[in-house]
Amino acid sequence: MGMATKLHAALDVDASRRVFRVSRQTFVDAAILDGERREIFDKCWLYLGHESELPQPGDFLTRQVGGRSLLFARGADGAISALLNTCPHRGAQVCREKHGNAKAFQCFYHGWVFGLDGKLRSFPGKESYPDDFKDRPGSSMSPAPRHESYNGLHFVCFDARIESLADYLGNAKEYLDVICDQSTQGMRIVSGSQEYSIRANWKLLTENSVDGYHAVTTHATYLDYLRNTSGGLAQVGFNGRAHDLGGGHAVLEYRAPWGRPVAQWIPAWGEAGKTEVERLRASLVERYGEQRAARIADYNRNLFIFPNLVINDIMAVTVRTYYPVETDYMAISAWALAPSEESAWARKYRLFNFLEFLGPGGFATPDDVEALEQCQKGFRNSAEAKWNDISKGMGKEIPAYDDELQMRAFWTEWNRRIFGATA
Amino acid sequence: MDQISRADVEDFLFLEADLLDEWRLPEWLELFTEDATYSVPATDLPANASPDTSLFYVADDRFRLSERVKRLMKRTAHVEFPHSRTRHFITNVRIRERHEDELLVSSAFLVYRTKDGVTDTYFGSSRYRLALKGGSFRIRDKRCLLDTDGLRPQGRVSIIL
Repeated sequence: MGMATKLHAALDVDASRRVFRVSRQTFVDAAILDGERREIFDKCWLYLGHESELPQPGDFLTRQVGGRSLLFARGADGAISALLNTCPHRGAQVCREKHGNAKAFQCFYHGWVFGLDGKLRSFPGKESYPDDFKDRPGSSMSPAPRHESYNGLHFVCFDARIESLADYLGNAKEYLDVICDQSTQGMRIVSGSQEYSIRANWKLLTENSVDGYHAVTTHATYLDYLRNTSGGLAQVGFNGRAHDLGGGHAVLEYRAPWGRPVAQWIPAWGEAGKTEVERLRASLVERYGEQRAARIADYNRNLFIFPNLVINDIMAVTVRTYYPVETDYMAISAWALAPSEESAWARKYRLFNFLEFLGPGGFATPDDVEALEQCQKGFRNSAEAKWNDISKGMGKEIPAYDDELQMRAFWTEWNRRIFGATA
Repeated sequence: MDQISRADVEDFLFLEADLLDEWRLPEWLELFTEDATYSVPATDLPANASPDTSLFYVADDRFRLSERVKRLMKRTAHVEFPHSRTRHFITNVRIRERHEDELLVSSAFLVYRTKDGVTDTYFGSSRYRLALKGGSFRIRDKRCLLDTDGLRPQGRVSIIL
């Protein structure tokens, strides 16, 4: 595929010797990033937003997705559109607000007016254009080439030939179902977006988001904090496994001692919390039976959907997506996903759990940011110290949650797409 | 109560800034009441949003605030080890409301954080509820509203604003 530089293979894999190494060049080389934009971000399903973010007709928000400027809007008829936020006339961004409610969008440059579906409605000086100009396809805002949704999660793809979203998600769908089954009324995004960045290559956040190995050392102070909360933790150890879901998707499913609003009680939540958590759990059992209820309530899931969507159902549920800006700088957006019907108590403790661990102002994520930035700095030595090792747990029949199978799943798909190679 | 001047309030806020910049965080914590709160909302929220219903960057009650201080003083708070150097500039101080036992104060902040060759800037406005206690102040609530769109390029708010 004609990379400008190809000093050595991106992966060094030898299953018989349990070797799986990743070239550090993949984190620093601008030609690699060009290849990623072309072969991954231009060709994969990418997360746009959740339908709950557009509750009313006329609601809209603007987002950067895969290097494009998109307009995500709900029309008067309730239909949700994903438009390229650019005027068909001369290219200006039509909508310049982050979010709001509108009956139509007007490009301020020459005054063209578009419906929430992107259709051109009016424009000044129409006597100087042919009669059918307004109805020509090129006169309206273009939708993203593909736009589909699953369980309320909307995705776009800039390659019209891609398989359906359902086929692309494949085995990841079942885990999305488990996460969404904690709600009877549907999941929703809670107000408040965490928009941050890391001075590191975007792929380091893929690895970090599904890394069960780093918790005890990187997040020592977070675990100290949990122990200091009154009553401490649940009497549950870290225990669970990883699954390669195919297509570069992967998941960790495991138990952990922190509280889960749906539904693992911890002493710090007191008797009021206990009553609430028991009620939620009983409702899960009633709906799904003991076995699936236990899976929904007791097990954490770090779900990775190739190439850049993380849905971690842990002490809260985060939806996180991130894009490379440069080889050594990424932009991250993260939201809290929650059952829309949950009580004020559950919502409050969910949000506290979220910001304590998951947020860039919390007791854990800032240390992840530091770790990734330190890796990127370490890669200054990549000409001599060439390889990352992600072999942990290779050859095991059941890879543990703190092994590195999930990273190998990502890198194998990455390598296939970038170099057409099978690892 | 009516005798308290803006200069009195400024002296207190400048003391707070110095304690932060000198990493005297346990002493800084003593400036807060036992029921104190400290928050940094997400930047797409209204200024009066509640952390009970919306996602914040920081929403500490007194317990979490004391744990934040403990954490930041440890070597295992990796993001702040070695400690970054900071400078808090506090300006535009105004007494907005005077109540019997409390002042509502607003100010502007500009905070530089530098570590390992990278300098980041945080700026915005602060709203304080200052409890009056025996001729001095204690902070009952401090809310820092960032003016930026999120935390780019800072990437974290690991220091106290």
